[in-house]
Amino acid sequence: MKKFLLSSSVILAFGAYVLLKSARSEYVPVSPATVQNDQITPAPDSSSVPPPQPPANNSGAFKDGQYTGSVADAYYGNVQVMAVIQGGKIADVQFLEYPNDRGTSVRINSQAMPLLTDEAIMAQSANVDIISGATQTSHAFRESLASALAKAKN
Amino acid sequence: MRETVVLMGMPVTVDIADAQADQKDMDAVFDYFRYIDEKFSTYKDTSEITKINNGEIGISDWSEDMKTVFALSLKTKEETGGYFDIFASNGKYDPSGLVKGWAIYNAAKILDERGFKNFYIDAGGDIQVRGKNSKGKNWKIGIRNPFNPQKIVKALTIKEEGVATSGTYIRGQHIYNPKKRNEFINDIVSLTVIGPNIYEADRFATAAFAMGRKGILFIDGIKNLEGYMIDNKGVATMTAGFHKYTTQRA
Repeated sequence: MKKFLLSSSVILAFGAYVLLKSARSEYVPVSPATVQNDQITPAPDSSSVPPPQPPANNSGAFKDGQYTGSVADAYYGNVQVMAVIQGGKIADVQFLEYPNDRGTSVRINSQAMPLLTDEAIMAQSANVDIISGATQTSHAFRESLASALAKAKN
Repeated sequence: MRETVVLMGMPVTVDIADAQADQKDMDAVFDYFRYIDEKFSTYKDTSEITKINNGEIGISDWSEDMKTVFALSLKTKEETGGYFDIFASNGKYDPSGLVKGWAIYNAAKILDERGFKNFYIDAGGDIQVRGKNSKGKNWKIGIRNPFNPQKIVKALTIKEEGVATSGTYIRGQHIYNPKKRNEFINDIVSLTVIGPNIYEADRFATAAFAMGRKGILFIDGIKNLEGYMIDNKGVATMTAGFHKYTTQRA
């Protein structure tokens, strides 16, 4: 019985949350287009920057340069990446195209779920060492990256 | 010393902050991932998992690693009420939802055995860290904005934990609810889980994502796990203890 009451209250609270969210739309999330200036690639500090490579270093598996991958259909839009090769190795993978079909307005309710906190996501400019995300395992990402690296092959 | 190699179709980055690291150490880790790919890739006709799926290898001839992965998968299925299941909708086994985290966990142990104290291993956005970065500070991990891959939405300070993110990636794809196989998850787009190691973080992130919105409640109910879920409107919900990773930790 206790369990039933608890789960009912969870469902009720969630229902109220959904209603509140759909009824009010005051918060407009930051548009990605306005915040593209600060990069999230970790800022290399002077001690970890590798010595500059000679321009025609082809010792690795790839030729140095920037290689644009194919435009891969991601169902809701297109994904295209660019591979940056330095010293014959992969130095960076950047997105040139990415779908964005996010909802346009939301309302935050701090009581959305029992004990759990809600917030609107906000772009952070903090320097980080690593990025966690599911993006790199998507089929479209793999497809575009594979085609970019095929062009970079020695 | 840092190097990125594309393995299993995704970028795998190893960064060893300890000064004594050399190419042999990097290669030991990448060779292990190549071995895992050869054994567990469902895209390769020659892999052990493909041969099992094609009925070419009987259960008595499975490798020890294959038996381990199947045992861990069954345990995870039980612990997640069936939301984690390697028996895919096409009738074949696909253990990739568990193998990646398990492989990163084992790869970190290779570097432990070689005496390294400060490093990270990142396979397609799932990460295990140890010690500190080359500046002597705790590693900082950003959670990627699922709506804009050039941006992050949180910066986490991580000491020895694992961090894994599951998602519909580019929406509408990839993760289905094992209990309703024709239904894809589409009201949440990203779930990041921090666990005591990447194996725990990854398997529970995969299972909890398949639960949809209630996945974050499932994570909140498990000791030693914290999570950050982002829905398709850009609203995030976090577990009660998540904030301890977003503040400075000494």
